[in-house]
Parts: sequence; structure tokens; C-alpha cells
Amino acid sequence: MAVRTTNQKAWLFVLPVFLLVAFNALIPLMTVVNYSVQETFGDNVFFWEGLRWYQQVLHSERFHDALLRQLAFSFIILAIEVPLGIYIALRMPRRGPWVSVCLVLMALPLLIPWNVVGAMWNIFALPDIGLLGRAINGLGIDYNYTQEPLAAWFTVVLMDVWHWTSLVALLCYAGLCAIPDAYYQAAKIDGARPWAVFRYIQLPKLKRVLTIAILLRFMDSFMIYTEVVTLTGGGPGNATTFLSIDLVKIALGQFDLGPAAAMSLIYFLITLLVCWVFYTLMMRNEAD
Amino acid sequence: MPRLRGLPLMLYIIFLMLPIYWLLNMSFKTTNEILGGFSLWPHEFTLDNYREIFTDPTWYSGYINSITYVVMNTVISITVALPAAYAFSRYRFIGDKHLFFWLLSNRMAPPAVFALPFFQLYSAVGLFDTPFAVALAHCLFNIPLAVWILEGFMSGVPRELDETAYVDGYSFPRFFFKIFIPNISSGIGVAAFFCFMFSWVELLLAKTLTAVEAKPIAATMTRTASTSGYELGLLAAAGALTIIPGAIVIYFVRNYIAKGFALGRV
Repeated sequence: MAVRTTNQKAWLFVLPVFLLVAFNALIPLMTVVNYSVQETFGDNVFFWEGLRWYQQVLHSERFHDALLRQLAFSFIILAIEVPLGIYIALRMPRRGPWVSVCLVLMALPLLIPWNVVGAMWNIFALPDIGLLGRAINGLGIDYNYTQEPLAAWFTVVLMDVWHWTSLVALLCYAGLCAIPDAYYQAAKIDGARPWAVFRYIQLPKLKRVLTIAILLRFMDSFMIYTEVVTLTGGGPGNATTFLSIDLVKIALGQFDLGPAAAMSLIYFLITLLVCWVFYTLMMRNEAD
Repeated sequence: MPRLRGLPLMLYIIFLMLPIYWLLNMSFKTTNEILGGFSLWPHEFTLDNYREIFTDPTWYSGYINSITYVVMNTVISITVALPAAYAFSRYRFIGDKHLFFWLLSNRMAPPAVFALPFFQLYSAVGLFDTPFAVALAHCLFNIPLAVWILEGFMSGVPRELDETAYVDGYSFPRFFFKIFIPNISSGIGVAAFFCFMFSWVELLLAKTLTAVEAKPIAATMTRTASTSGYELGLLAAAGALTIIPGAIVIYFVRNYIAKGFALGRV
């Protein structure tokens, strides 16, 4: 954001956006807040419960487990997708006819509806008729993601890597393309090794896009729902029941609206907190 | 050397294509062949699965519904996001920074949190089970996204452009539509693409807000998967068809994809 003039009339430009988003965000949010402090036995009869649901959720083992699984999942996929994405971006051609082909093929997984992604991996990883399941079992490793928690985790993580690594790679690629050739020439004259080029020229230039990539990947992996539900249904047992899946189970499966609402708000606040940290970092980068 | 250099990339792209290939493979098989055993390509090649989708209204209306709300959402999002993004990129006003973050925070709201309240809200205003409901609900995350992307592109346009136009006697609307919008047309394309994409891939809200009339294709698929048991071929064909719209639009914006994902900030 360059030089901007102060003009309060700008609010008029923002008003339609504000109203539309507020309609979609504030009303449902207030509904959730409303549920989270009350008990209902149906028929629109509500009783004030105060903070009981919050205490119940915060002390429940089930919530802790789901949160832990969710955090572990986000951490694992970030640890894989970010380095892999950078690596792929470094390997992509900068010019020539292959650029378009690479871009289109790599972006393809991003455009597939999330439940189709889940269904696709469900078929792909089936131990009897799926290519992946068949191949792994063929290697002599016992693999069945509907039975073993470890195999289920492996499949879910692999699916996410398949689905989203391209996002990190495309972002890094755009960042790399923005580096002027002169930088590389200077490095060449200095006799810099490839690692030094990466460490002192490319990586610093990638800082900004990487912040965005990590922000987006954290947000989306922390909210992941559809893909995992279609793939494993949260199982076997509760092995892949992440926070969002557990939430939907409580809210729509058991219709425990109070605890579900309290859990929603806690969930939302955690996401918000982490994203605020990233946002602040991002804005500081931008100011530089 | 160039061969060896490209090898990891080739492997990665093959890894990306394998599940898609498997889906296509399944979609051309008969149910008997799928359940009969493992085969790398269809031995009894059939188009029956696709034929059923194109002739059965419960299937193809799903595609029409999905496209309808996705297009509506894209149009609404871009229309309201354009002036807002302009305001954010050009003016300072009370609460601008907070508003900007608040907008982004809606992109972070887990749809699972909002599913039930959305159902109640849209039932209350009488839009339940219409494409409008889904189109409006998807505004929750698409408008912030569009504002962010457009703001990024607009900030790349020098202010001098605005000032020169005013000096030349352009009125604001004339300047905005005749000069400014053509200048950020690629940004609009990218923002539209992303609205299209996120509305197309989202299912939880779309499924919650529809029942029969406006059911999206992806929801039709989950129903088939659960009720009629093992019609994997049909499911695979329906899945394969959902990839096509994305593949088409991606071709047009291929050179801007990354910039869009970076919210216009590369």
C-alpha cells in the first residue's frame, strides 16, 4: 500500500462488501454464541447455562485428542509440503513451451472438488482394487487404510501432499521468477555454489511468498473436513477424527448444540490467533 | 544435465497424475470388471457410466446447479469487491486496517463452525434449497479473497494514473470503468478464477444449504456413494466430469495462478 489519502467517503465503496460479509458472518456467529451459553430441549425453549459448555469442552479428553490430531496433521503436512514445494519450484523451467504444461498439470489437483479428492483417493488406495494399495501391498508391506490407524494417517497425509504441494510450489515459482537475472550473474562471477545461491539469493526473496503459503496451508489444513471424511470417515476408530470432523459429529450427529457451539468458538479463536500472528508477520514483510 | 534436472519434476507430475488416471480408468470400466479384480486399464471399455450421467436428470441437474451457483457467486463477489478493493488501495479511512483483517478472518472461519447456523439463517430468509443460498453463503470466503487479490493488483497501478485522469477532466465513474478497470483486467480475471475455484470445490456449505432442487453435483455423488453401495464406475465418471470445468478455466489463467494464490502480492 503506497501513499494513500484520507477520505472517509471510501466507506461507501466498502459498504456492499461489509453488508454482504456481515450478513454471512455476524448473524451465524451470533447464533453460535447464543447456543454456546444455553441449553435446549427442542421446541425453541432455552435455558441459560453461562460458561458451562466452555468448561466442559476445555476439560474434555475428546476435545484435547481431536485438537492434538489436528495440530499434528497441520504440522506434518507443513513440514512436508513447504520443503517439497520449494524444491519443485526450483526444478521448474523458467521459460519455454514446458512452462505452461507444468503450470496447468500442477494446478489441476487444486481445482478438483474436495469430496472428489477424497473419493478419488479412496478408490486409489483401496488395498484390493486401488493402484496405490495394490502397489504397497505388492512391496510386502501390509497396508489397509480402513483398518490400521497408521495406514490411514499415511493415506490422509499423502492425499494432502498430493492436493496442496502444488500451491506452495506455484507460489515459490512466482517468487523465483521475480528475481532479476543480474543477481544470478553476480553470484556466478563470485563463484557461488548452488547452495549459497539458494541460501543467500533465492530464499530471502521467497520470504514473502512463503509466509503466504504457510498462512494458507495452515488455515486450510486446520479446517480440513470434506476430504478426510470422504476418505476415512474419521476412522479407523477415531484415528483421523480431526477437530472439524468431531465438531460436525457433535453438532449434526448427536445434536448437542451447546457443546458444539462452544467448541466452534474455541476452534475459531485458535485459528484466528495463529492467523493473526502470520498476518502481522506478512504486513511487516510488506512494509519492508 | 537438463534431462537429469527435470527428473524430479517429472516424477512429481506423474505422482499428481496417477490418482487422476486411476479415476479415469475406473470410470471406463463396468461394475463387474471393477469388482472382478485389479487391472491397470479397462479391458471391457465402456461409456455406460458417462451415458447414465448425461441421461439421468438427477445426475446432470447436479452439474447445472453447481455451475449456476458458482457463476452467480463469482459475479456477485467481483462486483462488490471492485469498489471495496479500490477504496482499500487508494484511501485511508476509519477502521480500514481492522476491516481488512476482519475480512480475511472470514476466510479462516472453518465451514464446519458455520454449517448449522447457515442452515437456520437461510431457512429463515426463505432461500433454502435455491442456488442463491449457496451463492450468497460462498460470499463469506470469496468476497474477502476477491478484495485481497484485487487490492494487490490495484496497488500495483501507480496513483499517477488516477491523478492524470482527473486532470484530463474524467469523472470518477468514467475513469473507473474506462481507464482503471481495463488496467487491472488481469487482476479481475485472476480474482474471478479464484472465486470460481473456491466455490466449485467447497461442498460442506453447498450441501448443507440444499436439499433436492439445488443439489450440487458433489452432493449427488456422496448420496450415490452411501445409498447404492458399490457403483464405483458411476462415481468415478461423475468425479472425472467435475475435473473438466477446473481444467478449462485454469488454462486461461495459467500465467497468473501464482500471483492470485499470493493474493496479488508477488
